[in-house]
Amino acid sequence: MTEAVLLIENLRKSFGGLVVTDGVTLEIGPGELHAVIGPNGAGKTTLIHQVSGTLTPDDGRILLNGTDILPLPPYERAKLGLARSFQITSVLPRFSALENVALAVQARSGSSYSFLRPAAAEAALNDEAMAALAEVGLEHRADIVAAHLSHGEKRALELAIALALEPKLLLLDEPMAGTGPEESERIVTVLKKLKGRFAMLLVEHDMNAVFALADRISVLTYGRVLASGEPDAVRNDRAVTEAYLGEELE
Amino acid sequence: MSFTLLLIQTLNGLQFGVLLFLIAAGLTLVFGVMDFINLAHGVQYMLGAYLAVMFYAWTGSFVLALILALLAALAFGLLLEFTVFRQLYDRDHLEQVIATFGIIIFLNQGVKVVWGAAPLNLPIPDGLAGVVTLMPGLTYPVWRLVIIASGLIVALILYFLVSQTRVGMLVRAGATHARIVSALGVDIRRLFMIVFGFGTMLAAFAGVMIAPILSVEPGMGDSVLILAFVVIVIGGIGSMRGAFIAALLIGLVDTLGRSFMIDILRLVMPPSPARTVGPAIASMLIYVLMALVLYFRPAGLFPAKGRS
Amino acid sequence: MTSLAADKPVPRAARFNVGVALMFAVLALVPFAAAFGPESYVLGLVTRVMVFAIAALAVDFLCGFGGLVTFGHAAFVGLGAYTVAIAGAHGVTDMTVTLPLALIVSAAFAYVTGTICLRTNGVYFIMITLAFGQMAYFIAGSLAPYGGDDGITLPTRSTLFGLAVFGNDRALYYATLGFLVASYLLCRAVVYSRFGRVFRGARENPTRMATIGYDVFRYQRVGYVIAGSLGGLAGFLLANAAEFVSPAYMSWQRSGELIIMVLFGGLGTLYGAIVGAASYLLLEEGLAGLTENWKLIFGPLLVIIVLFARGGLVGLAASVRARFSRD
Repeated sequence: MTEAVLLIENLRKSFGGLVVTDGVTLEIGPGELHAVIGPNGAGKTTLIHQVSGTLTPDDGRILLNGTDILPLPPYERAKLGLARSFQITSVLPRFSALENVALAVQARSGSSYSFLRPAAAEAALNDEAMAALAEVGLEHRADIVAAHLSHGEKRALELAIALALEPKLLLLDEPMAGTGPEESERIVTVLKKLKGRFAMLLVEHDMNAVFALADRISVLTYGRVLASGEPDAVRNDRAVTEAYLGEELE
Repeated sequence: MSFTLLLIQTLNGLQFGVLLFLIAAGLTLVFGVMDFINLAHGVQYMLGAYLAVMFYAWTGSFVLALILALLAALAFGLLLEFTVFRQLYDRDHLEQVIATFGIIIFLNQGVKVVWGAAPLNLPIPDGLAGVVTLMPGLTYPVWRLVIIASGLIVALILYFLVSQTRVGMLVRAGATHARIVSALGVDIRRLFMIVFGFGTMLAAFAGVMIAPILSVEPGMGDSVLILAFVVIVIGGIGSMRGAFIAALLIGLVDTLGRSFMIDILRLVMPPSPARTVGPAIASMLIYVLMALVLYFRPAGLFPAKGRS
Repeated sequence: MTSLAADKPVPRAARFNVGVALMFAVLALVPFAAAFGPESYVLGLVTRVMVFAIAALAVDFLCGFGGLVTFGHAAFVGLGAYTVAIAGAHGVTDMTVTLPLALIVSAAFAYVTGTICLRTNGVYFIMITLAFGQMAYFIAGSLAPYGGDDGITLPTRSTLFGLAVFGNDRALYYATLGFLVASYLLCRAVVYSRFGRVFRGARENPTRMATIGYDVFRYQRVGYVIAGSLGGLAGFLLANAAEFVSPAYMSWQRSGELIIMVLFGGLGTLYGAIVGAASYLLLEEGLAGLTENWKLIFGPLLVIIVLFARGGLVGLAASVRARFSRD
């Protein structure tokens, strides 16, 4: 149990009378890619919010490499190695792609209380940022202002930012949302390449991508884990097929 | 003796609070519904007072002067809306601040040119000029009671308008979900004009009502404007209920603070420093109150839902 | 939150700006030209311009780069000025004491009030900074031993190791210019530094910054302290230029003027703050010389600038340049 990168135990959250997370327990081992699927409103994004710290659960525990992270604000969790990509693209629109990533490199290397030296001239920051951009295939767009990138490029930039943080665990909130088939393909390729380097929690609607990538899958409905296991087992689980997967897998 | 003073000052505080509410109501409506910071709201209060003085000089009747002043203020407000403010609604808050600051500068000087820099007076209407004995040994000016009563009546009317009418429904919806309202196909321009005109009239009404007990002079709207902003921020921007409660709170805290702060301080320090420090603390009391409220409730006492 | 010209990219690094260098060169030459005219009037006026330019720089640093619209920055100017005046009233006039003291007092005020203000955002931030500005204003007005509402005259301008270095207007002028250039270069360096990158990022998307691992609040507070100290520096110089200090320095209208200066020049450019302070004050001065009712012109002019010159004078110049270069 202790070797789990992420351990979620009996997590509960409700808004007024609406229970959105209902006793969720989930474990992700080192290098594992764990996908969470489920119909809209099943509480997937809410789960990500609670892990990253933008929402506080009512009950339960979340351990990152054995550390209870619930009392910690988002920036402390990030320092412990938790990175996250957002469902709605959330890069810094007026920063160049490179500077977006350099900001992430800067967050984990050295102090940011340096006031006089121009950050853009720091080769160490730029090199690492460039390497992260290259991993997602954006190196040729490094100097473009993020606001001018295409939607798919912004999603890739989100990944590059997460990579630059050298996380222990990466939370991916629908990385394929709103991208065309070609761009989705590209992101799947990138994620495949990254698999094994760190643990990932993937929330995604694109079932092809999920089954292509996931080591384990948990199915969430009404805030509960309906089933959890290896992709094939989940695919053949009758309860899952009836509740949710059937129509989407045709 | 001290009890009657407390009672009188409480009534004064109430009167001041009601006045602030009349001004803040329009401000919070315009701010909440249109997301428009109108610094020129204070000069509309000033203009109401000046217009009343002018129309009183022409007609000799307070009621006529009140009606004419309200109509003229409304006309002027709509003219401003049509020529300037309309272009500012989609602009940045900062740009709104500057443009409306420019209008303050213009109008403060404008009234000086038209009516002179010397303070003017508006007599209290006949029959309402005296004092009334509230209880043995406690008399109070009738006109101040009239202000309190008229302010409370306006508050009731506003409550009815906002909670019961279609325009009120749109206003409430606009304060929280402006985009949805415009998506519903409501003529948002017309809604804005109605809300703006209404707010202007309320400010002018406050100016007319206070004119008999305050000197009418250039710049009289500036300090009131800042106080009205304090009110709507404490109350929660866009919340009529918040504006009402915060206005009374500010009116009472400010008035009572100014009259009793020295006495209170003398309980804990010698009289001489108390006399020096007292007035300073009294005049910053409401700002301390605002800082405290925002520290514990960063979106005011009654945050309109859906806004951050 | 306010975001003027949101699609304008943030430059990655400072470049040598010919226009800015030229601007400082002109300022350095002003005293020579002034010698042929009403010298003390011109020196006094331009010194005042440069003092407010320093304060406007601080406001641009906060608003234009940190997205923190402050409506109470005149309080810092006032604090710096009052530090000089109060120290002077107690016989301390040496700037080796008063200048650091002015900076420390304003920085401390920024630290304490920033801790409270930065919990809020948007319009609430504007209003809470206004609240603290008003508090400082009323406290200054109650300082009976130091003139109360009427203000207090300085016994003498600041001295350096006992020497009356600010004794003549020209010396004060060049000292102010030196402080202005230093403030400008400092702001520019900070904006492009590691810290500045975080500070700018917090304006764009605080949630994202937190999930990357930045405690946004602490960075913003440091930025607030920097801007507060710059305000204090402006106050130190203002007290010396006017040889007089009064609560009016801290009124909310003064804070509003600082914002207007920055917008006049163009938000988020730093040199725009200097251009803005100069054009605002010179325009005011020029119109006042023209007619007694200059405010009747000045007010509508502000409206017109907002309606027709987006991006301030710097933005206007840029769009004019773009139009010409296209032909």
